[in-house]
Amino acid sequence: MNRKAFLAMLGRDAHVARRNFVPILLQTFLQPLMFVFIFGRVMVGSGYMPPAYKSLLLPGIMAISMVGTGIWAVAMPLIAEFQWTREIEDRLLAPMDISWVAVEKVVAGTLQALAAGLMVIPAAWLLLRPGVELSLHAPLVFAGVAALVALFSAAGGLALGCSVDQTHVGLMFTLVVAPMIFFGCTYYPWSALENFPFLQKAVLLNPLVYASEGLRGTLVPQFPHLSLLAVWAGLVLFNALLLSVGLRQFHKKAVS
Amino acid sequence: MVGIRTRDLRKVYTSPPPLAAGVGGFTFFRAPSKSKQPKPEIVALDGISLEIPPGEIFGLLGPNGAGKSTTVGILTTRVRPASGQAWIGEHDVWKEQTTVKRLIGVVAQRPNLDFSLTAREILVFHGAYFGLSSVERTKRAYALLDRFKLLDRADQLVRGFSGGMMQRLSIARAMMHDPRVLFLDEPSAGLDPQTRLLLWEIIREYNHSGKTILLTTHNMEEADALCQRLAIIDHGRVIALGTPRELKASVPGGYLLRLRFGQHSPELLERLRALGGVREVHATDANGADLYADRGGSLVPEIASLALAGRVDLYDVHLSEPSLENLFLHHTGRSLRE
Repeated sequence: MNRKAFLAMLGRDAHVARRNFVPILLQTFLQPLMFVFIFGRVMVGSGYMPPAYKSLLLPGIMAISMVGTGIWAVAMPLIAEFQWTREIEDRLLAPMDISWVAVEKVVAGTLQALAAGLMVIPAAWLLLRPGVELSLHAPLVFAGVAALVALFSAAGGLALGCSVDQTHVGLMFTLVVAPMIFFGCTYYPWSALENFPFLQKAVLLNPLVYASEGLRGTLVPQFPHLSLLAVWAGLVLFNALLLSVGLRQFHKKAVS
Repeated sequence: MVGIRTRDLRKVYTSPPPLAAGVGGFTFFRAPSKSKQPKPEIVALDGISLEIPPGEIFGLLGPNGAGKSTTVGILTTRVRPASGQAWIGEHDVWKEQTTVKRLIGVVAQRPNLDFSLTAREILVFHGAYFGLSSVERTKRAYALLDRFKLLDRADQLVRGFSGGMMQRLSIARAMMHDPRVLFLDEPSAGLDPQTRLLLWEIIREYNHSGKTILLTTHNMEEADALCQRLAIIDHGRVIALGTPRELKASVPGGYLLRLRFGQHSPELLERLRALGGVREVHATDANGADLYADRGGSLVPEIASLALAGRVDLYDVHLSEPSLENLFLHHTGRSLRE
């Protein structure tokens, strides 16, 4: 690995992120915060939802923001850079192994996803208060889970970004990202699927389930959630899988 | 000083060549295969061996799809050869990619600039990827922007640049880390004549500082003006190699007269061959013939009278002086522009 080149690429991504700060901010937060407002404030305030739903919702929204940000931050530039602007070619010609170019994208995406996740908590808390009962009882476990969730979202972005044709970007969101969010135990805990035994088992194939259950387990442990052991195992497994698939696809795209 | 060498490079695509190889236009044929539905195979390179000494401007001349970009792709680590080897200096391109990437600068056929950055930032970040110090990056970026006449737009996003400006910036970027070997894939495609001259001047200047340059082109004028040696390639093979002067001299006679008749006959072609100074005559189809000779215009009246005597209508005579275009025609029977 060439540390200078790697850091320069991270520097480039940070520079572009700073330049596009406002659009990125809107893209990351507008939708989750509107969701928080309607479901957490309006629905609870008008009595359609129990007050406890506020606290239940927050970790799920955090997971959605992180995964959305990570996937978007990695997959969209890759799709454009490989197929349209081709600007990735300049980085592929930098004096380091091309796998590091992919790793750099994942690191940049992970950092963005982490930032998004950590910023959602105060933003949602401001929107929802009072009545949100967050308890950061094990900060290190929470940090570990959040890091794994962020990494999973960026690795997913790498795998998707190197596999999806630019004409199918819309389909990617409709067929992959949207179902992942709806069946990802984001708006409800996994235990709520008890009455749908088949679905409850099937959603375990969805990595987002481990993300939202993990954040739920570390932020609002008063609600039922998957055991943290299952969360760790699921996240580590999916991270390994998505990274290896992503790197393989990246090589296929980069070298003909 | 660092040279370039390739030995028997072959490349076959089973799907359309992706971004590293540039545009398509390859020969399609079905490979003999045991399965019922063989994948169509595209032979891009069919045994390319080149030896380019350090400090040379070497040109790959050929029509679109001849294999020029694939050759550059292999030499710049972006395309994996099916077989054969390539070296930059003493370094095997495939096995020592990182070392090779330090030695080369690459200008791709299509602009691949970073649309999120300004012209100056593109150069500065490129320099950073190659480990240049901050002071050095700033200094070189300024010098290159000045040399390529881009200073007045240096701090604008390149999104709004014209094709010619993007091309100039791409070349400046490739020179930013002062590579020993510079690859230019169709450097002057789409440039206006003035910018093309500026570019030629810069390429020569860079070469004078001891750098090896490999450029691809389908423009004969450019190959003639810039390259010390040329390889003419077609269908993934080298069909002629030498200095532009040698290559032009290797066309029989040098002059080419492309003739169109109502319908020609073997006797007529025989009589044309007997004319003074005529070296070769080939029928191209039932109406056309290519005549190679060591004189041009003075043959036209003689051809016209032969046609008249043989009661054959002469419709068209196209005369061209010794050129690389004629050479390509001589070897392939096709024009470079076709």
